[in-house]
Amino acid sequence: MGNNGREPIIKIAGMGKSFGDFEALKNIHLTVHNGERVVVCGPSGSGKSTMIRCINRLEAHDAGTITVDNIELNQNTKNINAIRREVAMVFQQFNLFPHLTVVENLTLGPVRARKMNPADAEVLARKYLERVHIPEQAEKYPAQLSGGQQQRVAIARSLCMEPRIMLFDEPTSALDPEMISEVLDVMAELAEDGMTMVCVTHEMSFARKVADTMVFMDAGEIVETASPEQFFSAPESERTQMFLNQILQY
Amino acid sequence: MVGWMKLTKGLIAGLLLTLLLTGCGANWGWYVVSPSTESGRSNLKFLIDGLGYTIALSICAIVISIVIGLLIALPGLAKGRAPRTMNRVYVECFRAIPILVLLLWVYYGLPVVLDIGITAFWAGVVALAISDSAFEAEIFRGGIQSISKGQIEAADSLGLSYYDKMRYVILPQAIRRILPPLGNQLVYMLKMSSLVSVIGLSELTRRANELVVTEYRPLEIYTILVLEYLILILIVSVGVRWLEKKMRADEQ
Ligand SMILES: Nc1ncnc2c1ncn2[C@@H]1O[C@H](COP(=O)(O)OP(=O)(O)O)[C@@H](O)[C@H]1O
Ligand SMILES: [Mg+2]
Repeated sequence: MGNNGREPIIKIAGMGKSFGDFEALKNIHLTVHNGERVVVCGPSGSGKSTMIRCINRLEAHDAGTITVDNIELNQNTKNINAIRREVAMVFQQFNLFPHLTVVENLTLGPVRARKMNPADAEVLARKYLERVHIPEQAEKYPAQLSGGQQQRVAIARSLCMEPRIMLFDEPTSALDPEMISEVLDVMAELAEDGMTMVCVTHEMSFARKVADTMVFMDAGEIVETASPEQFFSAPESERTQMFLNQILQY
Repeated sequence: MVGWMKLTKGLIAGLLLTLLLTGCGANWGWYVVSPSTESGRSNLKFLIDGLGYTIALSICAIVISIVIGLLIALPGLAKGRAPRTMNRVYVECFRAIPILVLLLWVYYGLPVVLDIGITAFWAGVVALAISDSAFEAEIFRGGIQSISKGQIEAADSLGLSYYDKMRYVILPQAIRRILPPLGNQLVYMLKMSSLVSVIGLSELTRRANELVVTEYRPLEIYTILVLEYLILILIVSVGVRWLEKKMRADEQ
């Protein structure tokens, strides 16, 4: 899978998660290596969001183990904070702070969580706005931007934390079709620069181009983990086959 | 907004007109507070000087009640059962006690319990603040709960501490929703401050009562008292509305 010599950075073993009586995740095993790009797909409700939200403790798993950069994720808030420093997350709904300007959205994390001085943080913010191709929007409020621009700001906000791993939860699902590619382009550039990424998406052309590893989930389980070549041409599982037929139909 | 301004203007005009028309009648004796006589002026000054205590009392009480209200609201938002129960007990208890009863207890009872002395002013501040904080805790809780979960998750994934998350993400957004009911609460507090007259604080109501006893002109003196509260509260209302508008403008 092209991980020759790369170290594992996320190790999920036998992980499970229930909401009340409902088992949303069952016996999840997944290892992500440094610099690896993993694309997760699967039907709605299959547990994709829940799985990646467990990686930065937005949800607490209740079985198995998750280790990020050799730190075990458990009740210990010190560990949680240490892991959140390494892992950034981009949400479907952007979740920008509406009362702050773009540049304030970007500097809040570095200044408050990483104790960077505000002037340095602003330099950093402008650097990453440049990187997502919207340096001219720095002083605007999120509501003044298009959806695609907002999501790129959200990506820049994550980058400002200089994370080792980025999690994306359907980052283009809330966007109008004409804005999807501007966000995917930015993500592909990040991938090229060697960022470790776990990305939930149904953009299969993006997956083909960028992914090192494809993961297919259904009903709370990882059904198949494969290289993109194998995944798209000869998936092992029938369920994967059916899912691909459905979404690649048009 | 326009309708509201018209209404209040109409109200004031109507009230003044009534005073003017009836003021000339045989039953009125405006001399008691007439600015054109020496004694009238000194009576009027005596009444208006109560404003200082009324305002100071209300401001101290609202500031303290906001702090306590916030401290009580936060455990009400926690996941655990114990902090939520603590929040419920506080809110339900202090909402149930009439302000006047709380005031009497704080003034006459608390000094005995704690073996301290307490002035009427501070007894008033404490009673009003505690009573008000129960209502404010509910206002804050509602305002904070109205902020979407996504905002909290974004703050969490940036690794912000609980304090930073509240201070920079949640509260600045919640304040816009909190401000209107908080303004109402301030108006309510101003009105309730009149109760502190019963323990002898020389605020607006107490002074009016005292003057009535010596001058025997309750109609005129209490009419002045009504006007004092009316004007004070209208000013506060206009201020709160201005603040709301300004905040909305900041959000652009
Ligand atoms: N907070 C929650 N409470 C209860 N059920 C939840 C919660 N979050 C997710 N679920 C359930 O868990 C399952 C997996 O959800 P999710 O991870 O969001 O799926 P996906 O992202 O693949 O669409 C769904 O059936 C969903 O209804
Ligand atoms: Mg999802």
